[in-house]
Amino acid sequence: MAGPAAPLPAANIDTDIIMPKRYLKGVDRAGLREGVFHDLRFGAAGDPDPTFILNQPAWADAAFLVVGPNFGCGSSREHAVWGLLQLGVRALIGTNFAGIFFDNCARNGLVALALDLDQIGPLLALVSDPARNQLTIDLAAQTVTTAVGALPFRIDPLLKTMLLEGLDSVATTLKHQSEIHAFESSYLEANPWLLKDARTTRRQT
Amino acid sequence: MQRPKTLYDKIVDAHCVRSLDSAGRQLLLYVDRTVLNEYTSPQAFTALRDARRGVWRPDAALAVVDHVNPTASPRVRAMADPGGQTQTDYFAENCRDFGIELYDILHPLQGIEHVVMTETGRVMPGTVIAAGDSHTTTYGALGCLGFGIGTSDIEHYLATQTVIYRRLDTLAVDVQGALGPGVTPKDVVMALIRQIGAAGATGFAVEFRGPAIEAMSVEGRMTICNMAVECGARGAIVAPDERVFDYLQPKIDLGPALWERAVADWRGLRSDPDAPFDQHAVIEGAAIEPMVTWGTSPDQALPITAAVPDPASETDPDLRRDLERSLSYMGLRPGMRLTDIPIDRAFIGSCTNARIEDLRSAAEVVRGRRIAAGVRGMVVPGSSAVKRQAELEGLDRVFAEAGFEWRQSGCSMCLAMNDDVLAPGERCASSTNRNFEGRQGVGGRTHLMSPAMVAAAALSGRLADSRAIAVGG
Repeated sequence: MAGPAAPLPAANIDTDIIMPKRYLKGVDRAGLREGVFHDLRFGAAGDPDPTFILNQPAWADAAFLVVGPNFGCGSSREHAVWGLLQLGVRALIGTNFAGIFFDNCARNGLVALALDLDQIGPLLALVSDPARNQLTIDLAAQTVTTAVGALPFRIDPLLKTMLLEGLDSVATTLKHQSEIHAFESSYLEANPWLLKDARTTRRQT
Repeated sequence: MQRPKTLYDKIVDAHCVRSLDSAGRQLLLYVDRTVLNEYTSPQAFTALRDARRGVWRPDAALAVVDHVNPTASPRVRAMADPGGQTQTDYFAENCRDFGIELYDILHPLQGIEHVVMTETGRVMPGTVIAAGDSHTTTYGALGCLGFGIGTSDIEHYLATQTVIYRRLDTLAVDVQGALGPGVTPKDVVMALIRQIGAAGATGFAVEFRGPAIEAMSVEGRMTICNMAVECGARGAIVAPDERVFDYLQPKIDLGPALWERAVADWRGLRSDPDAPFDQHAVIEGAAIEPMVTWGTSPDQALPITAAVPDPASETDPDLRRDLERSLSYMGLRPGMRLTDIPIDRAFIGSCTNARIEDLRSAAEVVRGRRIAAGVRGMVVPGSSAVKRQAELEGLDRVFAEAGFEWRQSGCSMCLAMNDDVLAPGERCASSTNRNFEGRQGVGGRTHLMSPAMVAAAALSGRLADSRAIAVGG
């Protein structure tokens, strides 16, 4: 993957900022490109805010975002990830990501990479320069190549495989369905108060 | 001899269907139950329909409408908001087609999903509950590993009764001593978040323990576990004790023999004495004061006796820039006393703080008094059952006589997906869990605090120390 990267250095960019609630009223995944970062991208009158990085020509087509700590904190809304993908974002590079958001990225093939704190500062400075904001991410080799060199990154081996192979995780898990059935039978037998029909435990009042 | 284990690891090990890597970090985790809502579930059901897959255990799921419904009385099924109507209609269709029990808007047990799950006895010690809402951590108060998941994982759960799960590190949080008078569980968790930061528990499961936790009610523990996600915890547990068994006993119908067997098992659900935690945090209970947030991240919190911080004293340029942005959004001056911040709105509600004990503590503050001129106050009970109980106790009249609106249950202005929203620039004292920019409405300004502190702010017209108001008027 190669393309321009944009810096979003603020800490704690939450999923309310990434996808405001008025874009959560659908039953499908459509139309989220408009919602992503909406209140940062647009002013009160709906006009683009020229001070926001993704509204500036050098970063308008950013394929990657270099982000501050705790990106994606807050709500579990997967709409945030769907919206980023619809905007054309292919990978996020930060130091740490909120747990649910990180999993949501993994399930949708949005690469979220954690670099060390001392790597992210220089990278933010680099991609803030329009002449040097091109990056290449090689997931298989686990490197981010910048205008000045290559940065290695660590990634969980299972996550790497899932991202590279684009596996349908439900189908993969269902290959083990007899194992799940066997586990479930012995688990419910060992914990009989959980009852095979969970609806029947509630005391009717 | 077996290696000593944390309670978290015991629960994870008991639910491990298979390991997915050689290190034992990634595993296929059996999930006991879920609760579904109308806004994070639709795409999961559509995916099941498209793949012609069924739901593995429909009996183990409960569906509750809570995020988009209005809270005005009387209740009607029709919504003015077409998006919300489409979501609730599709939700009902999915529940019908897949055989899942639904508490819709008009159901007598409707409420905020996490309030409903606990009060209907669906959350049991030692179980795993994964659900499409970040505040699923609430269930740790009952010794259950609860955590939030996205829509893709809801789909995975519904189809397989499992989730692909990465084992977390463990963080022990000891709350020592006793809380001072007028200090609540909300203040404890807000003090923790301030201490360790908004990502302080990212990658961790927290176990809360210590004398102040043992002395705390089950509902109080729910508040703490609920809000632990605001410092990144993807699981927050308290070892179940007699308080938990007493809480559950009237809610679960197992017959005496099975009940005794369950309780005997649950008594063993605790971390072994020498269990290794990856990190420790200690909070001195007596040192905690009533807390309020002043910024736009839950860790931007201070005791009510403090003043708004000055970015000029921050040496790290990135942190200074974030501070300046927060203060600018919040419309606050550095150095002003928190008790000098005037409010426009007061909101008591949410899965964090709208259970009966929360409403009682706020009612005690406002009883016999009036909220300040120009402040609009709202009380949104956590569930229809909480609402009925409060009305039995006359709390609805206490709030109404003080000038609060007494409304129907739902998530309401905690995240403002329905028609309960702040206008731009409005400032709200709120018993909720997130003070993010725009969380309660575009341009709205949120100050998080306990229900009693919201009540005190409503009476004063500005942020106020609830301890300075004599209870019971």
